[in-house]
Amino acid sequence: MAHSINSGYSAWLKRDLLLAYRRRGEAASSLIFFVMVSTLIPLGLTPESAQLAEIAAGMIWVMALLATLLSVDGLFASDYQDGSLEQLLITPQLLPMPVLGKITAHWLTTGLPLTLASPLLGLMLSLPTAGYLPMLCSLALGTACLSLTGAVGAALTVSLRKGGLLLSLLVIPLYMPVIIFGTATVTYAIDGLNWLPPLAILGALFAASVALCPLAVAGALRITSAN
Amino acid sequence: MSWQWFHRLGSPRWFYQTSTRWLPLLALIAAAVLISGLVWGLAIAPADAKQGNSFRIIYIHVPASFLALAGYYIMAIAGAVGLIWKMKLSYMVMKSAAPIGAALTFIALLTGAIWGKPTWGTYWVWDARITSMLILLFLYLGVMALQYAYHSIDAASKAGAILALVGTVNIPIIYKSVDWWYTLHQPATIKFTSAPSMHIDMFLPLLVMIIGFYLFYAVALILHTRSEILRRERKTAWVRELIEPEARS
Repeated sequence: MAHSINSGYSAWLKRDLLLAYRRRGEAASSLIFFVMVSTLIPLGLTPESAQLAEIAAGMIWVMALLATLLSVDGLFASDYQDGSLEQLLITPQLLPMPVLGKITAHWLTTGLPLTLASPLLGLMLSLPTAGYLPMLCSLALGTACLSLTGAVGAALTVSLRKGGLLLSLLVIPLYMPVIIFGTATVTYAIDGLNWLPPLAILGALFAASVALCPLAVAGALRITSAN
Repeated sequence: MSWQWFHRLGSPRWFYQTSTRWLPLLALIAAAVLISGLVWGLAIAPADAKQGNSFRIIYIHVPASFLALAGYYIMAIAGAVGLIWKMKLSYMVMKSAAPIGAALTFIALLTGAIWGKPTWGTYWVWDARITSMLILLFLYLGVMALQYAYHSIDAASKAGAILALVGTVNIPIIYKSVDWWYTLHQPATIKFTSAPSMHIDMFLPLLVMIIGFYLFYAVALILHTRSEILRRERKTAWVRELIEPEARS
């Protein structure tokens, strides 16, 4: 049984990574969005680095959240359209494990690149030096939470034609704790405080999401894909 | 045998017919409690030493906030009952609870804003409780939007129930994190010192109003559920008979 659980996870992880590799443009678009929107901030607010430094942490987090939100919409969409989602639902494996595999692949193709690109944005928005490491850590954990929570919304809206907008309505309220503790980690570090406690809470949120979200996604997929 | 009442609840018809008998009485009690609470709170209770008469909005604001939060749990529990025991009626209760709860959340926010102007000099501040209420409103709107998005009643019910349950798990986390966020950013100009314990003459009408709001909520929920029953069961014989009695005979 343990073997089949793991194989469900790794098979779907590999499959989705391969698909993402073949559609590289699609995978890159959320990263490009992340970088592009950051250009709007100096244009819309101010190019002065002192003022940018104050808001940089929050802005990077908001943009990362929006970029994840835009990409999570497609998590189950193509599988639903080509019927492989139904194949997934009738596999003998426990459904949460393949689901977790898909979410891991989503994080590896969106959350992780966003995290790795964030120092560049930090540079452009003149983030204080003390903020870089906490930003990397908090984004890595936080975007994983965002992918997991977003997957619940994606599963609930997969069979709807205009699911994308609805998905953001459903998911944004659930994202609030992540953005609170994510930005707090960075601002704590900039203010010279111990930034590990908010990061630890982010870790707790991640642990809870890993345990609970795949179950909710599996339940939601069984309902929505039947229609 | 003792579970018979529970299984009866699964029948929309039984609920409709029973509530027809009880609803007028319940509505009468709710109206009586609300009116007496309002008169007591707005006219008889003493004015606040610092805020004068403007504090009296508390008699709407606090009960509405109570019910806004309780309503979400009622909705989520109804959804869970539907998922677990596959009860049609509880999905109808869940669907009805969403707009009522959203309206109460909105009333709580609105009265809070109106109250905030004379007290703090501004309609809106990003206070922890206000922000949590706003997020609660978003959660309600999400459940409502999801329900309306599906054509199939079955899918709408189950998807709404899952979302409501996910929200239930999140509400304590959201409340705690917003609380924590607020202590981090608490502005110096506005201080929310904990209110001194209310005088009993002010508190008793508030208690009456809270009970009145609970009763009003029950009446509103039952009314809404009844119309939902009629809408969903419109093709059954008993609803047709109810609407056009002579057509049957």
